[in-house]
Amino acid sequence: MAARIQEADFDIAAEIRALTSGQDVGAVATFTGIVRAGAGESRIAAMTLEHYPGMTERALADVEAEACRRWPLTASLVIHRFGRLVPGDNIVLVITASAHREAAFDAARFLMDYLKTEAPFWKREERASGETTWVHARPSDDQARERWAQPRAVPSRKP
Amino acid sequence: MTVTLRYFAWVRERAGRAEEQVELPADLETAADVIGWLKGRSPEFGHAFEKPEIVRIAIDQQHAQPSASIRGAREIAFFPPVTGG
Repeated sequence: MAARIQEADFDIAAEIRALTSGQDVGAVATFTGIVRAGAGESRIAAMTLEHYPGMTERALADVEAEACRRWPLTASLVIHRFGRLVPGDNIVLVITASAHREAAFDAARFLMDYLKTEAPFWKREERASGETTWVHARPSDDQARERWAQPRAVPSRKP
Repeated sequence: MTVTLRYFAWVRERAGRAEEQVELPADLETAADVIGWLKGRSPEFGHAFEKPEIVRIAIDQQHAQPSASIRGAREIAFFPPVTGG
């Protein structure tokens, strides 16, 4: 289990190899979040991610520990970037490895839903005009997280 | 009680600073009390905390409710709802 906060980009294939090499793994799920330009007036030129050094690492470690309590994971990794990113750039990577696909899929989704509401990151968007605005938190992110508070609502979850 | 206060994102921009060491008045007991005190410090802080219900709080780098006690806290942070991922 590991979490990294970094400015640099990541190499998904290299991270999967490093995480699973020498392990008895049957399934690997990955999620990558990417900066999206959008369209029309809301089109963005760049995005700057600010975070809370110290608390961010702690929050991600807590979320990963919870995932490991809920699913039989062989390994997991969260990488979250900060700083100025442009459309097409990677923002976040979640990798989960397990014996079978169910735990890998579910844990990856859980990690993303939890880090969206727990990890202290803030996005500021930059338009081509130079105008900048802070991204608002979305109620749907809170709802996505709430699903995991009700285990019965997630039929595929194994203890 | 001397604590480090930290501000992030638009709370930081409005407050005009990222962090500071302050001596809190002894009668403050909760995180909400600290917000109430900060609001009255200057127009900038009044603006940063004009809607205290949307400001999130962390005490010693753990998420906390406004009603949480600040007793023994070393670091209290204030920020908007998080938008990572």
